[in-house]
Amino acid sequence: MNGPHDLGGRMGFGPIPLEADEPIFHADWEARALGITLTCGALGHWTLDESRHARESLPPAVYYSASYYEIWERALEALLLRHALVTEDELARGQAAAGEAHPRRLPAARVPAVLASGGPTDRPVATPARFQPGDRVRARLMHPKTHTRMPGYLTGRPGVIEADRGGFVLPDSNAHGGGENPERLYTVVFEAARVWGQGAEPGVTISADLWESYLEPA
Amino acid sequence: MPHDHDHGDHDNHLDPMDARVRALETILVRKGLIDPAAVDAIIDTYANKVGPRNGAQVVARAWTDPEFAAWLARDATAAIADMGFTGRQGEHMQAVFNTPDQHNVIVCTLCSCYPWSVLGLPPVWYKSPAYRARVVIEPRAVLAEFGLTLPVSTRIRVWDSTAELRYLVVPMRPEGTEGMDLTALADLVTREAMVGTGLPRLPA
Repeated sequence: MNGPHDLGGRMGFGPIPLEADEPIFHADWEARALGITLTCGALGHWTLDESRHARESLPPAVYYSASYYEIWERALEALLLRHALVTEDELARGQAAAGEAHPRRLPAARVPAVLASGGPTDRPVATPARFQPGDRVRARLMHPKTHTRMPGYLTGRPGVIEADRGGFVLPDSNAHGGGENPERLYTVVFEAARVWGQGAEPGVTISADLWESYLEPA
Repeated sequence: MPHDHDHGDHDNHLDPMDARVRALETILVRKGLIDPAAVDAIIDTYANKVGPRNGAQVVARAWTDPEFAAWLARDATAAIADMGFTGRQGEHMQAVFNTPDQHNVIVCTLCSCYPWSVLGLPPVWYKSPAYRARVVIEPRAVLAEFGLTLPVSTRIRVWDSTAELRYLVVPMRPEGTEGMDLTALADLVTREAMVGTGLPRLPA
């Protein structure tokens, strides 16, 4: 979906908000929002792709007025409701009856190991590569209403394959419970002038990592 | 509830997000979904243990050890893991090396993907709509706002982190740093230098 998150090339957002000696968290709640988002993710009810989709599905006015961790917190509430882990009533009251520990509740002792191992998303793909480094391709013209990692500013644009990264989980499917459906991923390089046209800054190339089904020969 | 416990930050009591997050955590703990000590451990990891000093050590080693630099270029995930830096949002790493001809800049236009294992949590500017929107269409103008003006003869490559590859920029080693040890070299390597919105500090 080309929602409010699909920001590449949009204008009107003003100068870069630079801050000297920026703290890691600007308020205590930001740290808690990070921690509860990751601990809830460890319950295994949704994928990282589904959580990205929940964030980009916030209404544009909310998305643009919210800070990063507010976006995370609002999306977490949506995920918890969707997966029936909390109720609207509990959120409205800010209270809940005591429950038994979830079988996959993350204990503090496991946090270092879980963060240190992460969640690799590379997967074997049996089919031969459709594209080779140096091939001229086009990012398919596509505007799915569901989750995708094709940025709006690149869709339909011509580029060149730089590298074949091997198989990776396909977010378009995995975000919606459709399974991992791994596909080959390629780093594709685009000339800025072919993306933006007249007035593009000189000597600029842009690359993106795009799945095989996002690409067609050019 | 907002006043049940004191986290020692009075200003936050005015913030509706503070109450909202506290209420949600209360619900999650009561329902047995999360252990608040696990939340504390996650915060401690990113507040105190995992940050841009990790990446700075990788860069300093690459500057001084050509074999390591070659490994980093070939298989950054393995080379960085060899230094003990692994894990969440660093599962698949790629190092990109600045040269006199090409300067590299990293962004995630679609969310705020960032190499946590080597740089920690992203700063506000990296997550801002302004950076995500502008650095792909006017990178030279954006870099100038960071105080970095590159000659027109230097090409700029903007890497949009659209998948699960996470990028670390390896800046060029500043002149006048011959003979400096790894610790002193790492102190020159800023977070911005490793995202590509800055250059390393010059030696004093």
